Amino acid sequence: MINMAELSKKHRSAESAQRLRKRKASQKRLVSYGILAITLSGMALATLLWSVLGKSAGALTEHHIQLEITLDADLIDVENIAQADFAKLTKNMLKSRFPFVSGRTDRREMNDIISAGAAYELRDLVTENPDMLGQTVAFDFLASDIADLYFKGAYGQIAPAPHQGELTLSVDGDRVSFIASTDDFAPYLAPSRARLLMRADELRIEAGLQENGRRVFTEQGNPAEAAKRETARDARIAEAEALEILAGQPDGFFEPDAFTSSIFLKLGQVWVQVETISANAGTGKILGDVESSIFAADEWQLLIYEDAPITRKVSDIQAILLENLREEGRVSKGINTHFFTSGDSREPELAGIWGAAVGSFWTMMVTIIFAFFIGVPAAIYLEEFARDNKFTRMVEININNLAAVPSIVFGLLGLSVFIGFMGMQRSSPIVGGMVLGIMTLPVIIIAARAAIKAVPPSIRDGALALGASDLQVSMHHVLPLSMPGILTGTILGMARALGETAPLIMIGMVAFIVDIPDGPTDNATVLPVQIFRWADFPERAFEARTAAAIVVLLAFLFAMNLTAILLRKRFERRW
Amino acid sequence: MAAFVAVLITVIAAGFFFLSRRKAVLVSGGVLASLHSRPGYHGFYSFLWVTLFGAGALLVFTNLSLHPALALGVAAIAGIASSLNIRAETRARNKSEKIVTGILFACAGVAVLTTIGIVLSLVFETYNFFESIGWRVDKFLFGPRWSPLSGLQDGVIDPDRVGIMPLLLGTAMITGIAMLIATPIGLFAAIFLSEFASLRLRGWVKPMMEVLAGIPTVVYGFFAAITVAPFLRDTGGLFGVNVASESALAAGLVIGIMIIPSISSLADDVINSVPQSLRDGSYALGATKAETVRQVVLPAALPGIFSALLLGVSRAVGETMVVVMAAGQGANLTANPLEAVTTVTVQIVMLITGDTDASTAAGPAFSLAFTLFCLTLVLNILAMRFVRKYREVYE
Repeated sequence: MINMAELSKKHRSAESAQRLRKRKASQKRLVSYGILAITLSGMALATLLWSVLGKSAGALTEHHIQLEITLDADLIDVENIAQADFAKLTKNMLKSRFPFVSGRTDRREMNDIISAGAAYELRDLVTENPDMLGQTVAFDFLASDIADLYFKGAYGQIAPAPHQGELTLSVDGDRVSFIASTDDFAPYLAPSRARLLMRADELRIEAGLQENGRRVFTEQGNPAEAAKRETARDARIAEAEALEILAGQPDGFFEPDAFTSSIFLKLGQVWVQVETISANAGTGKILGDVESSIFAADEWQLLIYEDAPITRKVSDIQAILLENLREEGRVSKGINTHFFTSGDSREPELAGIWGAAVGSFWTMMVTIIFAFFIGVPAAIYLEEFARDNKFTRMVEININNLAAVPSIVFGLLGLSVFIGFMGMQRSSPIVGGMVLGIMTLPVIIIAARAAIKAVPPSIRDGALALGASDLQVSMHHVLPLSMPGILTGTILGMARALGETAPLIMIGMVAFIVDIPDGPTDNATVLPVQIFRWADFPERAFEARTAAAIVVLLAFLFAMNLTAILLRKRFERRW
Repeated sequence: MAAFVAVLITVIAAGFFFLSRRKAVLVSGGVLASLHSRPGYHGFYSFLWVTLFGAGALLVFTNLSLHPALALGVAAIAGIASSLNIRAETRARNKSEKIVTGILFACAGVAVLTTIGIVLSLVFETYNFFESIGWRVDKFLFGPRWSPLSGLQDGVIDPDRVGIMPLLLGTAMITGIAMLIATPIGLFAAIFLSEFASLRLRGWVKPMMEVLAGIPTVVYGFFAAITVAPFLRDTGGLFGVNVASESALAAGLVIGIMIIPSISSLADDVINSVPQSLRDGSYALGATKAETVRQVVLPAALPGIFSALLLGVSRAVGETMVVVMAAGQGANLTANPLEAVTTVTVQIVMLITGDTDASTAAGPAFSLAFTLFCLTLVLNILAMRFVRKYREVYE
């Protein structure tokens, strides 16, 4: 006999309550682990999308610089405009616009603010309008990647700094010395001081090494070498001390270099690059037209480029030229059309995804022909006609295993069979499409079989009862009814193939291809491989383009998946 | 040229379709019921003959480097022969159905041909490669040094430099890190979704997992190389730990994220297919939901979950893009996940895309691929075994 009173007492005991609390707590723990797991994967997805989207924004716009260029009829052959050297024309134009830029390095850097592609665009414009010859036209030159990134603020910016004093100037050729009435420059000497102390530290470390050498040679009994080391040591220590004294002086002169912030003065409209500077005085190089400028002592600006030249791709001279052009209102920002209309290029500002997108299109065409028109018949055979024998079972195991073979192995299959054995052309969409088709085949067969299986036997029995043959049952009744399911599976399989990279790298679709492919036998690359290539390029501007290409690819995949979902919703039938 | 001929053959075939259909109607003398097969089947039969003979001839002639246009003649002869043969009692439907069934069968055979193609091409190159290293398979499998193309003279490969141990260990380390991430997250997510989540929440989380599963691997690679690896390096720097910019950790972490959805959706299916009666029995005995999950559902689903994990491992082992973009390229033996390691797939890509003569690089590359193929095949077969065993218990 169970004593109910005893039992309920037991259930209401303190131990029982505690046990229950413990059990409930353990349930709560399990649920919270589950929520944590889902939150973590959601966060991973959000981080991924956010980092890609955030980086892609930079590729959406490009900058143009409007400059007047004289299309000198002497340099351009009217009969043969396409052969004229428009690049040289552009360089000459820049040279005459900025006569103060001298020296090979500075000239080259000046030419680098305009994209190499701008000359071709100018050529195309003149070829279309030959009557422009001999005239001076305003042309929108495409900014180079460096200029573009500078305008977008990727390399920091030149910021005006406060000052109080008046400036006394003395100009000598293109150099200027200046003295301010107050210690306006004192706050900007710190990086230079730190730089000197750093150099002094380096020298002291070197001196320590020399001292080690001296000791070793002394022990080895080689006084000549030891003496040499001693002199070297003392020289370094002396130099370090000198630097330290210089850094400690409140009114010492410093030279901004590649490792410190750049300092500029703006006198009226003319820029001066500061070469030496103390708390209240300095010298600099005038970057502008000295004759025409009137320097008013109180009309000056102090400008600091915080980022040291070593940390940015844009040089001081380029930054000043770009600032000049921006002040003149010549810089315009627009949608990056190159990105959506061009093929690949080594110049980031000219590189586009259109070539890869067309390559992807041809590859997918071949893939769909291959995978769909072999996969669906195979599924029909296996579901409707195959007898349960050894061969059928082998095919089934085969298909399941093929679906799990790493994609890179399919690439090697393509390499050895299609390219090696059959001698087809490397890096062509037809080979890529066939490799992806073989890879997608098991996916489509499995999806199609599931769709065919879902058609109820009553449909088959009804058709058979009316005298249809087996093939007529399959073709006239089962296949049309299972088509939505098959198409859904096909689209999902194609979406996977569209994002596949590794097998295409194996068959050489990583080659650098500028031209837009005209058909499935042309050399081509595809979107994911383009992403892989760009991700490898060192130019910073490619990072944004890689991210933007990813966004385009994801948009395509999203559209395909959405189509599949809608198709499933629209035609889904419950029997 | 061949493509043009193929189009012409299709045109001829279409022509014979109409011709034979017309002929069948004429043969019937206006009484269609006197025919064994409807006229359309006679036409279809001719169509099949022309296309099959035409395509076959085109293939043979191009391979024998004869003029492809000769195939047109063969196609036309086939068409004429088939249309001359039309009688009222010709069993055109049965015959053409037999041909179509044959075509269906051939399509199913392509899957088998693919496997045979993969195995043959891999085995052929692997055989050659092993021959070139004097059948020192032991050195290949267990050797500690991998640099097959260094110090190469006249294409002779030194057996002491083809040890894949560092690659296998690197692959194992990255796979291990990935599974450490993906197993708990994937399993807890699956348990939560199948046992605790409301339908509405499920409707949100499932598509999210599908998005995660649908993102191409090259995007994960970009994410690993541009976002995760610098983040780990900087974080390590804060604590004074030196993290290589191509660390195994970054690649493993991202692969882990990548295989979460496949593990969670497979495990979700497995947990869902545990019969409800088992849960009900457990509830009836007074167990809480969590106790039911732990002591009834999970043990019942264990073989299926194990096979889901095995498939996850197989995906991580065969993953290429993430490791190519984010893991190292030098083969060093290390147990430190913060250092750079290399994997089997990275080495295949490096060998094939490298500057070395294709025929020299093919040997080691295909042998690596063969190893990879065998590895994943074993994992998949094991996974399928587990599933089958599990099915036997409950059905």
